[in-house]
Amino acid sequence: MSSWTEDELGVPGRVLPVVRAPDAVLSTAGAEVDPCAAETVQLAADLVATMRVSPGCVGLAAPQVGVGVRVFCVDVAEHPKSRTHHGTFVLCNAEVVEASRNEKAREGCMSVPDLTGDVKRATRVLVRGALPGTGETVTIATDAFEARALQHEIDHCAGLLFVDRAAGAHAIYARKTYL
Amino acid sequence: MTLHAITVLGHDRPGIIAETTRRLAELGLNLEDSTMTLLRGHFAMTLICAGTASDAEIRDALVPLTADGTLTVTVREVPEEHVDATDATPWVLTVHGGDRPGIVSSVVNEVAAVGGNITDLTTRLAGELYLLVAEIDLPSGVDVAGVEAAIRSAAANVGVVATMHPAETDEL
Repeated sequence: MSSWTEDELGVPGRVLPVVRAPDAVLSTAGAEVDPCAAETVQLAADLVATMRVSPGCVGLAAPQVGVGVRVFCVDVAEHPKSRTHHGTFVLCNAEVVEASRNEKAREGCMSVPDLTGDVKRATRVLVRGALPGTGETVTIATDAFEARALQHEIDHCAGLLFVDRAAGAHAIYARKTYL
Repeated sequence: MTLHAITVLGHDRPGIIAETTRRLAELGLNLEDSTMTLLRGHFAMTLICAGTASDAEIRDALVPLTADGTLTVTVREVPEEHVDATDATPWVLTVHGGDRPGIVSSVVNEVAAVGGNITDLTTRLAGELYLLVAEIDLPSGVDVAGVEAAIRSAAANVGVVATMHPAETDEL
């Protein structure tokens, strides 16, 4: 997994505009995709390209670029809170198959740029999904920041935003600093 | 279009928010930011609403809420506030210990002394335990370790302990 790069997709990624709440695509469960379809491979490349040019962005899900399907990319390799990480990768139709050890942390999201919120998530997860292009099913065991990022992106694919998981009525804050 | 700050305070019962918001909706007011909590069992709600109704019209619409004398309502037009992005750093301050007068003022005085701004505050008294949790913005360039030491010292002077940690946001 760690050796995967977007070059394997074989198509150049395009930078797409990031949509913001309350766009309906962000609150609609994404459709399952064929990971081997050309359009899925192109979308995977586009997600990585868009993530790369977005300051501080460590993950991006298809609904965030206006496409209501279950595809996302992550790359937390350079993030100081990462422990285990798997570099850059894209997963299709991913699901959390095991989760444990919840911790609360404050999250921000490009699609909800003016708010942050405290969200409790598992710090250890097992995630299963398919790689775009080959369709190979992979299972990723990870922790800490990558675990949080994966759950945040899988939520996007299910039509859920971090505000849907707010830890309480007073756990949402106006953003004070922007990247 | 004008903005109005509305407060509703008093004896809690089911339906206060439903009745308040229904009456505001009937005036065509849009609820913007709001917060509500129970403070020692008392209902406490503040709303900022936008619309074309006047203060007097809003007051008249909400009068039935106060009919039994257990709730008070205030309505006041307020200006639009522009909150600019800031390079201040956000922190969460927690203070707890045995209850006594002056805990909040002692601690927050140290925040104000360096130009820090409190953006959210909750205090609770639970038995003998007094608890304060505040979100504070400290100006960039301020000596954070020095501020924290001053807060700890002020807290110790009134017999409580203070801790501060960054209100970090994980950008995802």
